[in-house]
Order: sequence, then structure tokens, then C-alpha cells
Amino acid sequence: MKQPLIEFKNVSKSFGANHVLRGASFRVFPGEVTTLIGKSGSGKSVMLRLIIGLLAPDSGEILFDGRPLAGMNKQERKAFKRKFSYMFQGSALFDSMTVFENIALPLMERTTLPKAEIQRRVRDKMRQLDLHQIEDKNPAVLSGGMKKRVALARALVTDPEIVLFDEPTTGLDPIRKNAVHSLISDYQKRYRFTSVVVSHEIPDVFYISQHIAMIDQGRILFEGSPEEIQNVSDANIQSFIRGMESRRDELTGLSHRRQGERRFSQEIARLKRHNSAFSLVLLVFENLPEINAKMGHEAGQTVLKEFAIGLQKHLRVTDTCSRYGMDKILMLLPDTTREQAHMVCSKLTHEFRRTEIAPSRSLESLCFVVRAGFAEAMQDNRIEDVLERAETAPDTIFEFRIC
Amino acid sequence: MNSVAELKRPVARLGAAAIGIVQELGAYTLFTLKGLWHIFTFPLQIAKILNQVYFIGMKSVLVICLTGAFTGMVLGFQGYYSLVKFGSEGFLGAAVALSLVRELGPVLTAIMVVGRAGSAMAAEIGIMRISEQIDALETMDIDPLRFLVSPKIAASLISFPLLTAIFDVVGIFGGYLTGSILLGINPHIYYARVESGVLLEDVTGGFIKSVVFGLVVVTICCYQGYYTHKRADGFGAKGVSLATTSAVVKSCVLVLVVDYVLTSFLM
Repeated sequence: MKQPLIEFKNVSKSFGANHVLRGASFRVFPGEVTTLIGKSGSGKSVMLRLIIGLLAPDSGEILFDGRPLAGMNKQERKAFKRKFSYMFQGSALFDSMTVFENIALPLMERTTLPKAEIQRRVRDKMRQLDLHQIEDKNPAVLSGGMKKRVALARALVTDPEIVLFDEPTTGLDPIRKNAVHSLISDYQKRYRFTSVVVSHEIPDVFYISQHIAMIDQGRILFEGSPEEIQNVSDANIQSFIRGMESRRDELTGLSHRRQGERRFSQEIARLKRHNSAFSLVLLVFENLPEINAKMGHEAGQTVLKEFAIGLQKHLRVTDTCSRYGMDKILMLLPDTTREQAHMVCSKLTHEFRRTEIAPSRSLESLCFVVRAGFAEAMQDNRIEDVLERAETAPDTIFEFRIC
Repeated sequence: MNSVAELKRPVARLGAAAIGIVQELGAYTLFTLKGLWHIFTFPLQIAKILNQVYFIGMKSVLVICLTGAFTGMVLGFQGYYSLVKFGSEGFLGAAVALSLVRELGPVLTAIMVVGRAGSAMAAEIGIMRISEQIDALETMDIDPLRFLVSPKIAASLISFPLLTAIFDVVGIFGGYLTGSILLGINPHIYYARVESGVLLEDVTGGFIKSVVFGLVVVTICCYQGYYTHKRADGFGAKGVSLATTSAVVKSCVLVLVVDYVLTSFLM
């Protein structure tokens, strides 16, 4: 069993007569993205503040690496704090400083790095977050979305071990929202940091999280993987998730993963009853991280969006397409055999080689690489089995580049 | 049971109020001591201190000159009419200079700086508190007291005596304008009396007062802003406005109280 990095044991916290947490217990595992979901005002932000020590619990214990926070001395607490970064819900930028000074502040105050190095790191983060030509601007003149990205840059500039994100995407448009998600996910993979995200973006946030905790009425109602929470039978949890979920994926306009899975079950039932063959095509964007790193996350998300729009033009009325992950699209083709699926893939390859996706023109020498794998479903197959075949069988894989 | 509780209530309130005052005084003392201590912790925040000297000191020079000039002019008038009754108008220079150097210079400078810079400090720190900027500093492991308050304390300890000196000099010149130019006292006698009347103890006393006032004003104003969120009578913008008001009122009153205490010791 994995050892949790942060653990809440029966933590309670009240503000006067307002009992925000009533014995909450949950765990954050190292190297994972843990997402806290729950209704507004249910105490998610309070939990983040308790972790970093801005608030102290009334009762219960918070452990960090197995050691209680309350028992740390000043030096240990200092060392503990230096491992963290916190991105505030309201950004909390210093309004009397410029954007550059804001992002550079933790490096200026906490390190002895030379000025040139600080400048390089700040500019690097600004570039990755598409923050151009605003170095000398005051945060007050920036839009809400830009402020969020500046706050994000400030949180990541110190290369922290643990990052706490308090609603990092609230108020952003779909492209930026997805760009922030893909950024958190990319960074997490690259630097292996642990993060706790408070978010309302369901189901988008499931794509980037390994661990989900749902809080309700001061207690943790559920803790587990994104798949587990979506399949749990508890009516409260289901109604919360359904209530938060939008009908379509905001970025691509495709249906969500869960709708794709539901459609798969329906097709399996049809297959059993009428013996009507159907196939799956899984499209994986091979070099999205590379595009993100070289062109910025917004460019990566825009390419994805344009591709999804282009893809829908080639579908039959009966086909469905759903977003299956940050970089995966699932196509479900009813009444289609393996051979016909092969033809669909080869046609798509042919079509997409000729088309041009608007932002891909600015990708310079970089091509957008898509891998398409197909498989026919059999009776009693689970979706995971079919997808595994589609992803692994060597004779079923097409790869095309959009340059 | 209820009547016992009723009886207890005023006593409990009195007790709570007393405990509240002691806690507040304790918190204020700690705030001041920590603020003072962090002026000297490395790395020294020279640039920030200079910035604050510019804001608290340099930007107050005009206001201090104006108030100093008019205070000196009024003292010239009033002093002349009082002294002339005893035929000793020649002592006007000493009267004006002593009142300014020992008393009015430090007190009025402190009160003017409260109005100009103290209220601004309370509002600035208050807004930083309610917009989570102070929390953000804490999460970055930057001590907010060291970052925000210490440079202001250092800057006022530097600025207050200098501003007071300017106030005194301009005030003495103001007294000369009314006493000599308008009312005809011999300028040589005026300045000779200024020189002979003012002793080094007077200047030292005025200097000590201005340093203490500087500390009192800046710590009270910063303290009010820093703990805006703990006010029971208002949150958010209202909390900041109340914090600013109480910063100004408390520091003005305390300047006068401390002035009395210091004068009684320095006399």
C-alpha cells in the first residue's frame, strides 16, 4: 500500500457557528494529481489552507509524510513551506508590482540566484503560459484569465514539490481552461510534483487526476480514482456529478467519455440481439506535449479543437465521437466490420493529409501527429479490451501527420 | 438558572473586554518587536527602506513646510501679543523656537504624517490583507511582517526626525516673518534669542520625541491594516475603511498621550 504524502485524520474546523469540516479524512499520494470536488462553500478551499498552514484545525490531525504538522518546529515548518506553492482562487497578485515582479518575487526573496537567471526563469514560464508583452503591466489592467495565468506562473516558477491549486480554471474560456488542465498534467508528468486541485470542472478534471475526493457537509463522501467515482452507485455523488457535467466537451464539442462508454454498452446489447457488427477507432495525439512545450498550451488546445471540428465532417450520421482523455478521441462506428473500419481509417488518413488545420500553419517545422487504431467489438467484450486491441495490434494502426 | 446567567453577563462582558485589551496590547507589542527585529535581519532591505523614506519622508516635505510655516507665523503673532504686554517682545525668537523644538515640531509633524502617510499605509496593508496578498506571502514563506512592515518602521525612524527638523526650521522662519517683518522686531535680536534660547537638551528632547512618535505612528497604522480581517465590526472594504479611521484616530491620540509622558520625563 502506498504511503500518503498528506493525510487528514478526522479534521474539524469551524468559524464561529459555521462548522465547515466535521471530521474529514482524506489522503494525497505523492506524484499524483488529487482533485477535491464538492458544492461551493463545502470547505474545499479551507482544506487547502489547512494543508499549507494558513489555518489550523480545531481537532484532528494533518500528517505530512507521516509526521503531524502541529508537531513541527519553526525550522521544519519553514522547510515544509518551501516545498509548496499555492495558487489562490482570486489570484492574490500583488497589485502594486508589475507582472514580472509578481512572478519573480518568490525567487527574489527566497533564493540567491543572480538577476539574469531569475529573469530567464520568469520569461521562460511566461512564454509557456502564453503571457506575452505584459511584463511591465500592472495586474489591475489584466483580464481575469490573464491574472489566473500570471498566478499560475508565480506558483510554478519555483519548481515546487507540491502545488495546491484553488480553482485554477474558473472564469476561463474553453481553450484556456483546457490549456491550464493540460499544463498541470504536462508539468505533473515532467516534474513529478504532487498536486491538490480544487475544481468544479467535471468531467474535464477527471482526465488529469489520479485521485478524486468528494466533500459534502464537512465530510469526505468519496475517495478513489476518477473511474471509481463515475461508477459509484451512491445517489448523492451521481446527482452531483451529473449536475456539474456539461452535455458536451466544451473544447471539442464532442460528447464526454462517459457518454461514449454508454453508447458502447448500447452497441454491445445490439450486437448480442441482432448480431450487428460494430467497430471502434481510437485517435491518439502523439506529440501534443511537444507542441505544448514548443508552441504553448493554447496552441496545442487550438489544434486539438480544429482537428475535432474537421473530424466531425467526415463522420456518418450514425457514428459518434467522444473525448476519451486529454489527448484521445474515441470514434464508435455502428454496423461496421473490421475491414470497413480499416477503410475508414485509411480514408481519414488520406483526407487529413490534404487538409490544413488553421494553427498548424504556425507550427513551422512541427507536425501534428495522430495515431489511429481500430478494432471490431466482439460479444462480451469490455470497452477496455477493445481499446487495448485498437492500441496495440500492429496491423491496425495508421499514423498521419498534419503539417 | 436564567437569572444567575443574567447577573453574570455584565461581569462576563467586563472580563472579556479586559482580556481583549490585554490580548490586543500583547499582539501589538509582539508586532512592534518583530517589526523592529526584522529591520536588522539579513539580507537587509535597503531598496525597500529607501522607497519608504521617499514615500513617508520626501513626499511629506511640502505639507510639513506649509504647516511649519503657518504654525511659526501664528506663534509669532500670539507670542508677540503676549510678550508685548510685559515689554519683553525681544524674547519672541526664544519663545517661538522653544515651543517648536520642544513641543509643536515633533507633535504636529507626527500628526501631519499620520494624515498623509499613516492612513495610506493602513489602507494599503488592509487591502493586501483582504485580497489574500498577505496570505500569498505566507504561502511563499516570505515573512509578511519583514516584507511589508519592517521597511516602513525603518523609514519612519529615519524620516520623522528629519521632517521634524524641517518643520522647526521653517517654523522659526515663519515666526521671523510675522514677528520681524510684520510687527517690527529687530531681526538680529530675533535670531540671537533663537540661538541663545535653545539648548542642546531641547533639541535632543525633540529628537527623542520624533523618533518615538515615528515608531508609534507607523506601528499603529500598520497594525490596524494588518489585522483588518480580525475586526468584529466590519469585513472587506468596510473593514479597511474602519481600519484606516481607527489607525488615524488611535495614532493621533497616542501621539498626544506619549507626548505628555515623554515631556514629563524629559523636563
